[in-house]
Amino acid sequence: MTTRPIAIALVLAAGIGMAACGQKADAPSSARKADESPVAGAQPAYTSPGWKAGDATSWDQHMRARTQQQNEYNRMEAARQ
Amino acid sequence: MARMKFICDAERCIECNGCVTACKAEHDVPWGVNRRRVVTLNDGLPGERSISVACMHCSDAPCMAVCPVDCFYRTEEGIVLHDKDVCIGCGYCSYACPFGAPQFPTNGTFGLRGKMDKCTFCAGGPEANGSEAEWTKYGRNRLAEGKLPICAEMCSTKALLGGDGDIISDIFRTRVLQRGKGSEVWGWGTAYGRPSGGEAQPKPQGQKS
Repeated sequence: MTTRPIAIALVLAAGIGMAACGQKADAPSSARKADESPVAGAQPAYTSPGWKAGDATSWDQHMRARTQQQNEYNRMEAARQ
Repeated sequence: MARMKFICDAERCIECNGCVTACKAEHDVPWGVNRRRVVTLNDGLPGERSISVACMHCSDAPCMAVCPVDCFYRTEEGIVLHDKDVCIGCGYCSYACPFGAPQFPTNGTFGLRGKMDKCTFCAGGPEANGSEAEWTKYGRNRLAEGKLPICAEMCSTKALLGGDGDIISDIFRTRVLQRGKGSEVWGWGTAYGRPSGGEAQPKPQGQKS
């Protein structure tokens, strides 16, 4: 009679103990963080002038103009004028 | 929105390694890790060419496909970045990459392989733009400062072009038309796919490109 509650208590304790050893689910999930767009800007002290942080159109135009600076044919044309 | 790409003009690269040095200095890249490097083809033979190679931020990036922890992502500008907090340093991406871009720092006495490091197109990582955390893990975020990658911007011969794919293609096309040779862009097809339409492949008479 007195062994039954002890047995139940042992089973419960074992159940709780085993639950702590549960394996995590293998379902694919990524903990990857969301990135902030460069359009949002960074530290103003290092930012190139000529565009407004947060304005996607402004950033896009600025980057296009900056990319064109790699074209020395444009620079030669400018030097001729 | 711009679709960022790299082009290396093999006719112009003089193997000065300025891009490599600038990248290492700009991002304080650790010893043993080279996000960019200069490769010489047919070294010592007539027609030797050098090209500057880094992550090309592929349109259909194989590193993204094979990563078992899905740490890669592509930004709106088409730049392939990764989250170092998720990366487990398994090295699958380095086997998948056709450009050998993924690099692994070796730390400690036993040369333990650390988390993957690669060119970020100077766009940092998932941390807040310009933050200390972003700087420590990925280097400087020049794009958020309204600048282009340092390697391309400081290239003395402008062999390495970086920026909006349409614009740098136009710049390269103009060069090819002017000089009448050297229309091959190493790695462009592998990274961004073959052009579906016509491509400027000028071959003036009597000259072989």
